[in-house]
Amino acid sequence: MIWLAIAVTAVGCYALKLGGLSVPERILRHPATDRIAALIPPALLGALVAVQVLADGRALVLDARVAGLAAAVALLVLRAPFLVVVGGAALVAALVRLL
Amino acid sequence: MARKVVADSLGVGIATGLYGVSFGAVATASGLDVWQACALSVLVFTGASQFAFVGVVAAGGAPLAGSLTAVLLGSRNLFYGVTLAPRLRLRGWRRLVHAQVVIDESTAMSLGQGDEADARLAFRLTGWSVFVLWNLMTLAGALAGSAIGDPRTFGLDAAVGAAFLALLWPRLTAAPQRVVAVVGAAVATGLVPLTGAGVPIIAGGAVAVLLGLAPDIFNRDTRDRGKRRQVPGEESP
Repeated sequence: MIWLAIAVTAVGCYALKLGGLSVPERILRHPATDRIAALIPPALLGALVAVQVLADGRALVLDARVAGLAAAVALLVLRAPFLVVVGGAALVAALVRLL
Repeated sequence: MARKVVADSLGVGIATGLYGVSFGAVATASGLDVWQACALSVLVFTGASQFAFVGVVAAGGAPLAGSLTAVLLGSRNLFYGVTLAPRLRLRGWRRLVHAQVVIDESTAMSLGQGDEADARLAFRLTGWSVFVLWNLMTLAGALAGSAIGDPRTFGLDAAVGAAFLALLWPRLTAAPQRVVAVVGAAVATGLVPLTGAGVPIIAGGAVAVLLGLAPDIFNRDTRDRGKRRQVPGEESP
């Protein structure tokens, strides 16, 4: 099932990339599609952050992941690079679990 | 200034490719095997979508819900392609091959060039240097991640949320993006106790996009300014 889902994801993502290079610009350039295109990434990423940090199965829990996310916010405010943000969040969460 | 284009493109390629290690580690720590992690990086090759797929699967969601989330996130590459097409003018097999590296970084680097030849060079060099390194580093991270055992010990579960936040951060350039990000997060959180894993993400995202479209309360420029403002190496492919 995982392999099927990987194949579906791969075909879907490749089709989008190839489609963009192949479709005439005027078909896809509408104010509405521009707005949707601008809103999908922040909407989904916001949802992904929340679920990743708060969900444990069907339960909502506050645990070390929240501390990790707080560290990530601080590092992003300080303009740290991606790997430092991700690594720093993991480190803080691991330290909180040790306490 | 071809030399500067080469140096800049390779710099972005290396900086971005390196954090394939975080994807590999997170993927195997989430329960995928090394082959599945590597297949995602070779075949899907668009970082936010890869992280999203792994995030949904790790949460116990249906793998196809992970696919849907990943493809929706990958939709921005469609619009990158539309913007790039007239500059790259790729035909036949070249279009089929180079389509795979239409990602955040190659688009940003290509659109940053004034000259068409430079734009093509920047696209190819950035795209393919990210591709090579991203895949090598995914393998390295996947091997390390599968050796770790319980991912919670090293806080790798927290790393996934941080990765999503780091991908989101440069996109929060205008009010509409900020509002939909918060609404998406709130709706998804509210749905967690009510639905199966994977559903809250897609439903939260959909509600947020609809809200962002419906009224003119955010009647401002909603185009993705994060794309232009993007700092090289700050985003994943």
